[in-house]
Amino acid sequence: MITGRFLAKLDRLGIAFIILMLAVAIIVPVLALAIPAKSAFAIPPYVVALMGKYLCYALLALALDLVWGYCGILSLGHGAFFALGGYAMGMYLMRQIGARGVYANPILPDFMVFLNYKELPIPWWGFNFFPYAMAMVMLVPGLLAFAFGWFAFRSRVTGVYLSIITQALTYALKLAFFRNDFGFGGNNGLTDFKDIVGFNVQADATRAALFSISAIALVIAFILAKAIVTSKYGKALIAVRDAESRVRFLGYRVENYKLFVWVVSAVIAGIAGALYVPQVGIINPSEFDPGNSIEAVIWVAVGGRGTLVGAVLGAIVVNFAKTYFTGVFPEYWLFGLGALFVLVTLFLPKGILGWLSSLRRKPTPAPPASLAERSTIAEEGGSAQ
Amino acid sequence: MTIPENPLLTRSLLYLDGVAVSFDGYKALRGLSLMLEPGEMRAIIGPNGAGKTTMMDVITGKTRPDEGDVYFDGRHNLLQLDETEIAQLGVGRKFQKPTVFENHTVSDNILLAAKAPREVFATLFGGARAREQETIDRILETTRLTDHRARLGGALSHGQKQWLEIGMLLAQDPKLLLVDEPVAGMTDAETAVTAELLREIARDHSVVVVEHDMAFVRELGVKVTVLHEGSVLAEGTLDQVSADERVIEVYLGR
Repeated sequence: MITGRFLAKLDRLGIAFIILMLAVAIIVPVLALAIPAKSAFAIPPYVVALMGKYLCYALLALALDLVWGYCGILSLGHGAFFALGGYAMGMYLMRQIGARGVYANPILPDFMVFLNYKELPIPWWGFNFFPYAMAMVMLVPGLLAFAFGWFAFRSRVTGVYLSIITQALTYALKLAFFRNDFGFGGNNGLTDFKDIVGFNVQADATRAALFSISAIALVIAFILAKAIVTSKYGKALIAVRDAESRVRFLGYRVENYKLFVWVVSAVIAGIAGALYVPQVGIINPSEFDPGNSIEAVIWVAVGGRGTLVGAVLGAIVVNFAKTYFTGVFPEYWLFGLGALFVLVTLFLPKGILGWLSSLRRKPTPAPPASLAERSTIAEEGGSAQ
Repeated sequence: MTIPENPLLTRSLLYLDGVAVSFDGYKALRGLSLMLEPGEMRAIIGPNGAGKTTMMDVITGKTRPDEGDVYFDGRHNLLQLDETEIAQLGVGRKFQKPTVFENHTVSDNILLAAKAPREVFATLFGGARAREQETIDRILETTRLTDHRARLGGALSHGQKQWLEIGMLLAQDPKLLLVDEPVAGMTDAETAVTAELLREIARDHSVVVVEHDMAFVRELGVKVTVLHEGSVLAEGTLDQVSADERVIEVYLGR
């Protein structure tokens, strides 16, 4: 119902994006499964998995753009929500292994048998049940974001200080998850997955299905994000980004405005992580690394902050470049990434998308708004800025 | 918290008594007392550093005073409320430097200010209703911004931004408007229009205007309070206060 009303608000770029994503969700599995492997159009399974991974990153970038681009909260710890969603999915996948593990324990995952666990720890209860695991994929990042945001936004922590705390959050989680006695597989994390809702995770058809689900999740998250940012709530959110105290003097509860979008963003990041884990086959504490969260910020900046489509574009372009360059010149990739960020900040402050739309606007004559402006300036003796 | 029995307080819209604020030893306000009646328009003048902006900060909850009482509408103790709650009670504020939302259109600026439910879920699911649209149209008319409604706030001239901000205050429809130096940096023609706007607003709102510009204060033709070094030096019509020895001394230097 709500979606229907907001579909009318989508711009042409948004509609094009949705159509493209839905087309990709259909065409890629067809090319991967139905076409003989020798054909030029066939997509090898490893490419499907790789593209699926890019889409999960794109979903994370979309979540980050929602808080950074529209509310000015520069999170340097969004990887934490992504990884928590990933761990929740990983725990489900671990429980699905059952007696097929090396130690053949029907209840306990291998690492628990190895570490002499006698029974399943309480946090693992229920994770063999798919709907429960999926609820946790959203609830765990959502509740953490709620608790974090409740305190941070109420105490009016903003700007660089907030960014540093988000960084500390993900780093603290990384250290915790590294510990064997924390109960989530320690250093090695969770891996050796066998199947997901009864299908073999390694099978080409499962890979293709996961890819399609990722593309559809991206479309749904995009429509949701677009609905949020085009509502009156979204307008207030942009106002908070640009002049926070002014919004307060208008009588808005700024902390609640921030908290809502922050939690929605964390939940989307968690879903992205959950889709990522079965496609890459592993989740370990390195996913909490602050560097990953910073990389996500770079994707958004490169694509174009505050545009949603730009965030997706940035995530895909940067990760494609990463895959290519780490293959060709592995030792130079980090320099390339750093240079990309510096160059984009200096020369394309609005990202690729902002640059493209300025290219498109140039040939058209000045819009009526600027004509009106010129005549007002003339009337008022040029006091306009 | 019991409210002190005071007929002056209960009749007043705004009541400040013995308010003191200091920043790192600098006394911005020292025992400021001021009373505003419902429906009144008041001009506040005073040299730089007299405490005019600090006074507004105290009333709107931005700054907490060290001492004193601040009551609104005869019953709300403003010292126990934060900026949002004070704004929701009906105190609107226009800043010295015009602060409009630069990335929103003129009409969206007014929409955001317009009196309407402010809760997250109310704004998330409720669009601009027809009644709100009427309010916006009326305010655009009053502030002479109808032709500029689709432009971004950031693209307006300085004077237009000031009017837009006054328009946002009107949309908020507060009981009390605090207006900080509305004509700073305006041309004479713009100043005259602004005075007219404020008089129009004063017809059904209480207004406190802080201003340096004497000609503008004369144009408003209202009761004047002179602040000096954080407290009230004189109060009365502009002619009365201009004749006051101490005011002349403060303004012309010792």
